[in-house]
Amino acid sequence: MSITILYFAGLREALGVERELVDMPSGVNDVASLRSWLLARGAAWQPLSAPRIRAAVNQSLASDASVVADGDEVAFFPPVTGG
Amino acid sequence: MSVETNIAIQHEDFDVGIEVDALSGTGVAGAVATFVGFVRGGADDVLAMTLEHYPGMTERTLRDIVGLAQARWFLLGVRVIHRVGRLLPGERIVFVGVAGRHRGEAFAACQFIMDYLKTQAPFWKKEETANGARWVDARDSDEAALKQWQT
Repeated sequence: MSITILYFAGLREALGVERELVDMPSGVNDVASLRSWLLARGAAWQPLSAPRIRAAVNQSLASDASVVADGDEVAFFPPVTGG
Repeated sequence: MSVETNIAIQHEDFDVGIEVDALSGTGVAGAVATFVGFVRGGADDVLAMTLEHYPGMTERTLRDIVGLAQARWFLLGVRVIHRVGRLLPGERIVFVGVAGRHRGEAFAACQFIMDYLKTQAPFWKKEETANGARWVDARDSDEAALKQWQT
């Protein structure tokens, strides 16, 4: 099951990754489990653990419980500051 | 009557006069309310600001926000422009214009759209200062402004 993950703004800079295509293992099926799986990659991924980091699935704001499925586009980013 | 909606994310500047003319052009509007946001100059030590966004989600979010406003007030036209890229102090960042039959709904919808844009639309500002660059933090007052529409 492959998904695209995008990172924005300060989070993108902290991780040094803008976009990646990943194959998710079975058991990863929502935003919370995806985040945990990414965090398990190592200390460099700690910026993703900050409570303020938001998520979107297929370009709609998502919660920890939001489902992530094959082909989805998931994004992680800090609170927005436009306007 | 269909509501004319225009949403644009762009690098280039915009002309407020042209936007107001586009909103009032149908001849049925009795009021056009506008908001223009600028890169703050003066006391801050900001030399420039770079605006980043999430292409696709930005447009979708702004359309949804305008839809919420249209469900709440009878509007004749809405135009939203948000610039991205590097901007200098004093430059325009954002335009929201709302046409209505009367000033009440035009004022209210304009503020509503800005309050939602500030807290929901995926834009991020990075400031350049003499001491380096920093990402702008979200403000609690913006969340408070949003909540006043949700009670």
